[in-house]
Amino acid sequence: MRDIFLAVYARDLRLALRRRIEALLPLGFFVVAASLFPLGVGPEPQTLRDIAPGIVWVCALLAAMLSVTQLYAGDFADGSLEQMLLTGHGATVIAAAKAAAHWSVTGLPVVVAAPLVGLLFGMSAASLAALTFSLLLGTPVLSLLGALGAALTLGLRSAGVLIVLLVLPLSIPALIFGSGAVAAVDGGQSPQAHYSLLGALLILTTLTAVPATAAALRISLE
Amino acid sequence: MSATTSSLPAIPRFSAVALACSRAGRSLFSKLSLEILPGQLVWLRGANGRGKTSLLRLAAGLASPESGQLRWDGQPLGSHRQPLYLGHANALKDDLSVGEALQFLLRLHGRVAGVPHVDAALSRMGLHGWRDAPMRTLSQGQRRRVALARLAAEDKPSLWLLDEPFDALDADGVQRVNGLLVEHLQHGGGVLLTSHLPLDIDEPRPVVVHLDAYA
Amino acid sequence: MRLSTFAAPSRFYALAGVLMPWLWAAAALLAAAGLWIGFFVAPTDATQGEAYRIIFIHVPAAWMSMLVYLAMAGWAAVGWMLNARMASMLARALAPTGALFTFIALWTGSFWGKPTWGTWWVWDARLTSELILLFLYLGFIALVEAIDDPRRGDKAGALLAIVGAVNVPIIYFSVRWWNTLHQGATVSLTSAPKMASTMLTAMLLMTFAFWAYAIAVAFSRSRAIVLEREAHADWVRGIAHGGRA
Repeated sequence: MRDIFLAVYARDLRLALRRRIEALLPLGFFVVAASLFPLGVGPEPQTLRDIAPGIVWVCALLAAMLSVTQLYAGDFADGSLEQMLLTGHGATVIAAAKAAAHWSVTGLPVVVAAPLVGLLFGMSAASLAALTFSLLLGTPVLSLLGALGAALTLGLRSAGVLIVLLVLPLSIPALIFGSGAVAAVDGGQSPQAHYSLLGALLILTTLTAVPATAAALRISLE
Repeated sequence: MSATTSSLPAIPRFSAVALACSRAGRSLFSKLSLEILPGQLVWLRGANGRGKTSLLRLAAGLASPESGQLRWDGQPLGSHRQPLYLGHANALKDDLSVGEALQFLLRLHGRVAGVPHVDAALSRMGLHGWRDAPMRTLSQGQRRRVALARLAAEDKPSLWLLDEPFDALDADGVQRVNGLLVEHLQHGGGVLLTSHLPLDIDEPRPVVVHLDAYA
Repeated sequence: MRLSTFAAPSRFYALAGVLMPWLWAAAALLAAAGLWIGFFVAPTDATQGEAYRIIFIHVPAAWMSMLVYLAMAGWAAVGWMLNARMASMLARALAPTGALFTFIALWTGSFWGKPTWGTWWVWDARLTSELILLFLYLGFIALVEAIDDPRRGDKAGALLAIVGAVNVPIIYFSVRWWNTLHQGATVSLTSAPKMASTMLTAMLLMTFAFWAYAIAVAFSRSRAIVLEREAHADWVRGIAHGGRA
């Protein structure tokens, strides 16, 4: 089982490395989209500091959703997905490996880039740390939920927008706890409760979204 | 049925009982029963759209039948070694090299995937020295050979489910695949395949199943 | 008579056809009674005046929006686990009605908020959760409509509905958390007026009216879905060629 996980994970990373520009497009989206908000809202420093946690989190959410359409599409088209579902342990290991690969390629760069974007909004050092840590816990949740959406909408024409519609409502708890942590730090309070909730959400999502994605893959390939 | 000539355990008997399958509301076939004994090659024939690919996918476990059962020696599917399924699509990523793509498929199915094994498999399919070539530089026929190299890497008899394996192959390729098939059958394996081209195998004699009879 | 005989679309079609007139009648009577009591009999509220009467539509609609989601997810799950396509068709039929109730709850909530709080929308925890519930309904409808193969659509929808149902408590909890963090004063539409017994009666009557309506509409819609999906079956062809079921 671990061999299959590592084989799929390593292959996905290798494929992403061979197409570096495409792999980094979601990161580009994240930075550009976040930068639009000051232009729309005005450069007032206090306003920007107030809205920053929410903006950065929403942009991370959208970047994750937009990149997740390709998660299964290529493998579905060339028959690789069928082969992956034929392994003894079936779809669960595949779902876990691909979600992990998606996070490594899309989520992790967003976590690394977030402090830089936060600086654009004039966030304090403590807030930046909270933002980064909350995204570290939250982006895996987004990858897992996005993978579920991608599996449900496999092969459909309007899959991209449909995934966004399906997955965004489910991502709201992560958004609330994540941006709430940063807002708490901004307001001088402890973000501990938020981090705990995010951590619990991560565990719960891992335990439920992976089997659900596996079931969705089997449904989509029947 | 030819006698098995190896010391490896032959595959259990595969049987399908009263299978029914439909697609988009239209029934493809019903009350289909067939059996694959160790050392037997079953050739699925039928017009386009009769459900040949659907039957292979049912046998592989990718889809569940509307009714009927699939059994290994009386046990439900899944309790024995997975069949090897080669579909229409080659499952080879363009961005990988030939060796990497083949290694991934071997590793995925728990087969030994070291470089010597990959090289040996590629050689049997006439692709000696192509290990480092990028997949995207290969022709259709060459890609099919890489996909079929999985068959050459098999060391234990199992059930092979092959969907149009001879597609895009030249005479040399067809001959190599026939060689692999015969060897596999002699070791007690089983084969269920579709092919719109006539089969060039006499020993063991293929069992023909016409899907039109079950429409 | 076993309940599972109605898993056959033809028998369900017949049963639904028989029950529908009674359900419509019940819905109409209960609604008339509920609205009469709510708008004319129940006393004027001390703090909110006449405007509060909108809750006789708002609260039952909100309750029904949640109940219908559970029913939809439940029937979809039955359709998936037991491979019963009639159950899946019923789930599809329930979705638009549930979405409608959610929309009514939001809209009437807005009408309540305006005279009470001065704005057309408040980010109250329960209204926000209703909005997210609307998104969940729309997502379900969008997904099943986007998938051509009916059985794949049934199963994918069931999975989505179950995931949504499991998430609703989590979403509600997180929205309440968010609400208490950001709102200083308790801006809440849950601060309903103290319930006189007539008010409660009116709300219950309206709830049952909506319930009867929901079943009637779901039956009507699922009959249409049955005719579409089973178009190749003999009994459907019989109806199409001039017979009546």
